[in-house]
Amino acid sequence: MADPMKIRAQMKGDVAEIRILMSHAMETGQRKDAAGANVPAHFIQTITVDVGGKRVIDGQTGTSISRNPVFGFKMKGAKAGDKVVVNWVDNKGEKRTDEAAVA
Amino acid sequence: MKQNFIGALCALAVMGGAFAQTPKKPAAKPAAKAAAAPAAEATDAATLEFEKFRAEMEDSNPAELFEMKGQEQWKTKRGPKNVSLAESCDLGQGVGKVDGAYVKMPRYFADADAVMDAERRIVWCMVEKQGFKFDDIAKKPFQVENDSSAPDITNLVTYVATHSRNTKIDVPLNDPKVREAYEVGKEIAAYRAGPYDFSCNTCHGADGKRIRMQNLPNLSTPQGAIKGVQGWPGYRMTGGVMLTHQWRMGDCFRQQRFPQPKYASDAVTYLLTYMIGTANGQVYKGPGIKR
Amino acid sequence: MNTTRRTVLKGATASTVLAGLIAAGALRPTQVFASDWNKAAFEAKDTATALKGIGASAPAESKDVVVKVPDIAENGAVVPVDVVSNIPGTTSIAILIDKNPTALSGNFTFANGALPEISARIKMGQTSLVRAVVKAGDKYYVAQKEVKVTVGGCGG
Repeated sequence: MADPMKIRAQMKGDVAEIRILMSHAMETGQRKDAAGANVPAHFIQTITVDVGGKRVIDGQTGTSISRNPVFGFKMKGAKAGDKVVVNWVDNKGEKRTDEAAVA
Repeated sequence: MKQNFIGALCALAVMGGAFAQTPKKPAAKPAAKAAAAPAAEATDAATLEFEKFRAEMEDSNPAELFEMKGQEQWKTKRGPKNVSLAESCDLGQGVGKVDGAYVKMPRYFADADAVMDAERRIVWCMVEKQGFKFDDIAKKPFQVENDSSAPDITNLVTYVATHSRNTKIDVPLNDPKVREAYEVGKEIAAYRAGPYDFSCNTCHGADGKRIRMQNLPNLSTPQGAIKGVQGWPGYRMTGGVMLTHQWRMGDCFRQQRFPQPKYASDAVTYLLTYMIGTANGQVYKGPGIKR
Repeated sequence: MNTTRRTVLKGATASTVLAGLIAAGALRPTQVFASDWNKAAFEAKDTATALKGIGASAPAESKDVVVKVPDIAENGAVVPVDVVSNIPGTTSIAILIDKNPTALSGNFTFANGALPEISARIKMGQTSLVRAVVKAGDKYYVAQKEVKVTVGGCGG
């Protein structure tokens, strides 16, 4: 599996705030390396976030997302202890799944 | 040690003289408002804009990804001696103790008979305790723009530094050896050399200086010095790289058109002792996120 | 009489039907777990084509879509964007950057209690409008802000 992400999920009142930091080069395919060759495109395409077993976010992303992406989401209806599962898949078919509990 | 070093700097100045051009003023443009109060910075619209998002950017800092790697590397048995740093490396607070260690360096280590900054000390541990070769580490000690990962030492420095977040800088300047390093560092910071006749102080010796959109901290005051110190180690958005304070000293030398300092050498330790020691009492909030 | 159909429908639970369909190859597992990547929309070079790609036709300007971005990006490589939709029934938010080589940067769907807001960090090649396009019901809404970029962040 690719490098792990960092997931933070905290209850603030009745809202759960979820911050996700992913480790990914997010290469656009436009960049040239030191030798002048194009660095091939390598970027996350799909992201899912499940909380307490339910799909809450279904995201698609492209090359305009920054390297080592950071995303923030909020939801109602979650509680401390609920499991947050984040999954991403990139254009090469590489993937990563990590989880954390809502604090 | 002081005389040897000043001798080396004189050689540098002579070299610089051979290539001298008409000394140019650095490109810094002090903002009009900066003259108002000591330790004041340009408070123009652009800077205020950056500050609006600063908290959010620092809150989820890609530096954390490197810290995670560093934690694993600190705790894993590695190297020819198959020993972990957690069980063998004393950063000044006891073997394996990382909490609060970063802000108490540079300090004198008797087992090495030298004043060492954090990165240099961790490298020393990797060599002496784990059996790695210094030259292998020094061959590529820093992450280069767009590299997919950082060198082990960078991850380790990030891990150690994270364990000093929200702690006051406390370089032991009462220790005569550390004080000596501080004084040499102060002289180096003032020493003009190279083809542009720059010193560290040219950019960092007074309030209100900046290069393009970046304000330059005045490193001669505690309030300015902490602004410099807490950015390191820092995740640099340009190129997506994790960089250390040791790296920054070398890059300053490059920008001043000086020869590069030897990795983890005395020269860098002296400068770091001066810079971090000046920030004593201020709270370290790193690792940082940088342009 | 179609006995097969009756057998399938009578007393079959959703999961066995689903399992049967997956086994039959009629439904790929990826479709059950995440949407297929919208290649046409993400490879569109301009905003109009990208919007068509996500099915957003002529989004109406709305003050109920709040876009928070810096006026000037400190670095085009990492520009923070926060979007909040106050439009009832919001189901998705897309973020587009007009002047990027490909305009669509992301499209996010919300369900099961997720609030219609998102923060993300985008790359910008040059000064450009950053747009947030919201889907609520079957209507689309948009808000935008300009971000000045002094040094582009796409690696150049």
